[in-house]
Amino acid sequence: MTRIKNTFQTKTNILNIYVTAGFPKLNDTVEIVQELARNGVDMIEIGMPFSDPLADGPTIQNSSEIAIKNGITLDLIFNQIVEIRKTVAIPIILMGYYNQVLQYGAKSFFEKAKRVGVDGFIIPDLPLDIYQKNYKSLLKDLELDMIFLITPQTIDERIRLLDEESSGFLYLVSSYAITGSKSNLQQNQVDYFKRIKSLSFKNPKLIGFGISNKESFTTACNYAEGAIIGSAFIKAIKDSNNLKESISNFVKGIKE
Amino acid sequence: MNIENNGFYGDFGGAFIPEMLYHNVNELKENYLKIIESESFKKEFSNLLKDYVGRPTPLYFAKRLSEKYNTNVFLKREDLNHTGAHKINNTVGQILVAKKMNKKRIIAETGAGQHGVATATVCALMGLECIVYMGEVDIKRQAPNVARMKMLGAEVRPAISGSKTLKDATNEAIRDWIANPVDTYYLIGSVVGPHPYPDMVARFQSIISEEMKLQLQEKTGRDYPDRIIACIGGGSNAAGAFYHYLENEKVELIAVEADGLGIATGETAATTQVGSEGIIHGSKTLLMQNEEGQITEPYSISAGLDYPGVGPLHAHLFKSGRGIFLGATDQEALDAAYELTKLEGIIPALESAHALAALHKIDFKADENVVVNLSGRGDKDMETYIRRLQ
Ligand SMILES: Cc1ncc(COP(=O)(O)O)c(C=O)c1O
Repeated sequence: MTRIKNTFQTKTNILNIYVTAGFPKLNDTVEIVQELARNGVDMIEIGMPFSDPLADGPTIQNSSEIAIKNGITLDLIFNQIVEIRKTVAIPIILMGYYNQVLQYGAKSFFEKAKRVGVDGFIIPDLPLDIYQKNYKSLLKDLELDMIFLITPQTIDERIRLLDEESSGFLYLVSSYAITGSKSNLQQNQVDYFKRIKSLSFKNPKLIGFGISNKESFTTACNYAEGAIIGSAFIKAIKDSNNLKESISNFVKGIKE
Repeated sequence: MNIENNGFYGDFGGAFIPEMLYHNVNELKENYLKIIESESFKKEFSNLLKDYVGRPTPLYFAKRLSEKYNTNVFLKREDLNHTGAHKINNTVGQILVAKKMNKKRIIAETGAGQHGVATATVCALMGLECIVYMGEVDIKRQAPNVARMKMLGAEVRPAISGSKTLKDATNEAIRDWIANPVDTYYLIGSVVGPHPYPDMVARFQSIISEEMKLQLQEKTGRDYPDRIIACIGGGSNAAGAFYHYLENEKVELIAVEADGLGIATGETAATTQVGSEGIIHGSKTLLMQNEEGQITEPYSISAGLDYPGVGPLHAHLFKSGRGIFLGATDQEALDAAYELTKLEGIIPALESAHALAALHKIDFKADENVVVNLSGRGDKDMETYIRRLQ
C-alpha cells in the first residue's frame, strides 16, 4: 500500500502542511519537515519554487522568490528529500509547475522523485489530457499519485472525471481564490463544501486555500478528510529565529 | 494556418492553466467563435472600427524612405488609429465579446501602456469597470499612458513582483481573474496566453492584412507584397499583418525582436534567439528561461517588447521556418525612429522603430514592395527620445 493510501486508512482529520523548499534559508527544509513530522503533522507538501507561480498568492510567491535567490534547484530538493526520508515516514507530495518538470525532463523527474521517496504530485497547470496521454501509465508503473484540483466552479461532470483520474486524494480549492487570501471560511464556501459532500467520490479529499487556523481547519474537517495549510505556515516561519519553537507552536495551535 | 481544435499551432499553444481558470477559459473557448462569427457582432465590430477607431488606416508609400533603401517601402499606418496603436483593434473586438458574455468588470495587463489605454478607452465607451495591471518599472517609463488610463476612468494597479514589467503584470491579471471568476473578463493584449486567446486576438488584428490586400491591389496591381516587416513583443501586430499571407509563400514574413543591449550581453528580449520551448502564461511556446525552467527577466528599452515569450503562432512560424526572425538593439531602434522622423515626418513608437531598424539588415531589390507595419506612434516615448537629443 502507498504511504498516502495508508495515511487515509489509518488517520482522520488529516493535517497537510505546505512548505516552500529552500525557504527561509536554503538548507532549512530538512529541519522544518522533520519538526513538522515530530509534532504530528500527517502529510507534507513541498513546494518547488517557481518564478511565475500563477496559482499561488503573494505569501507563497514571495517565499518562492526568496528560495530561488537562495539558490534552490530541483536536484537540491531531491537531495533534501533523501535526508528527510532518513527519519520521516509520512507522505511527501511535490507541488510545482509543469514548466519545471518539462525542463528537468518529465520522465527523469518522476523517476528521480520516486527514488528519493516522493509519494505524489500536485502540478496545477498540467492539463488533464496531457497527463492522460503522456504520464498516467508511467506514474501508475512507478506507484506515484497525481492529485488534481477541483474548485467551486468545477461542474459535477468534471468533478467525477477529475476524481476518476486522481489518485491519492482530491484537492478541494476552498474558494474563488489563490492561496492564502482570506482568513476565515465564508458562507458560500460552506455551501460549496456541502454540495461536494453530497457527491460520492473514489478518492478522499483535502481542502486547501485559505485554511489558516484551528477554526477553519475544524470546519474543513467536517466536510473532508482533512485540510492543507500553506500561506499561514509560511508566515509563521518567515521571520522566525527559532524554527523548532515556531513550528511546534503552529502545529499545536491547529491540532490541539 | 488555422489553429487546430485543441488550440495548437503545430507544437505550440494549448491551455496550460490551473483548474481555477478552467471554467473561465472553457467558457470563452466554447463561445468566442459563435460570437465573433455572428452577423450582429460583425456589423457592430466593423462599424466601430470605421467610425470610432478610424479605419481603414492608410497604406502610405514612403517616398524618401524608399529612395534611401532603393526599394518600395510602404507603411501600414496603425499609428493613426484612435489611441495611437494597433492595440485598439483587439480591445474593440474583445469588449464586444465581454458584453455578449455579460461580464461587468474588465481586467487587463499592459507593458507600454498602449493596450491599457486601448482597454480603458473601450471600457469608457461601454461604461464598464476597468482595472489595468502594469509593472512598476513600466509605470515610470510610460507615464503619459498611465495618466491617460486614469483620465479614462481605469484603475492602474502596479505589479511589484519579479522584473516589475509586462510578464509580472500578466501574472497579476491572471491572479485577479482566478479570484474573480464570475463577473470578470480578462482582456488580454496580445496573441499570448491560453487557447483561445492567441487565435481570438489574431482574428481581431487580421483587419490589418485584410486592408493591406485591397490597398496593395490598388497601389501596386497585386494584392500581396514581397515582404512584410513587423516588430514582435507578444506578436499581435505581426500576427495581424501576416494573417492573410500565412499561406502565401511568395510573401516573406519578417518578425523583428528587441535585442536590447545585444543578444550576447544577456540584456535582451529576443526570445527566439535566446529562448527555448516551455510554458509561459498558459501557453506552450518559446520563452526565455534557465535550465531549471525559471522564466528569466528580459530587457528592452521598449516596454511593449520587454516580454520573455512570443505567442505560439510565432513560435510555430520560427520553428517551421515560415517566418524570418531578425533583431534590433535599443540603439538601432532609436536611430531608426530618428531616421523616419527626419525623412517622413512621422514619429514612431519605440516598438515600431524596431521594425523600421530591420530595413538596414535586408538586401532589397529595386522593384520590391515592402510593407512595414507601423504599429504605433511615438507620443508615449517622447521622454526617451528627448533624453537622446540632449
Ligand atoms: C506600438 C506597439 N507596437 C507593438 C507592441 C508589441 O505588442 P505586439 O507584439 O503584441 O504587437 C506594443 C505593445 O505594447 C505597442 O504598443
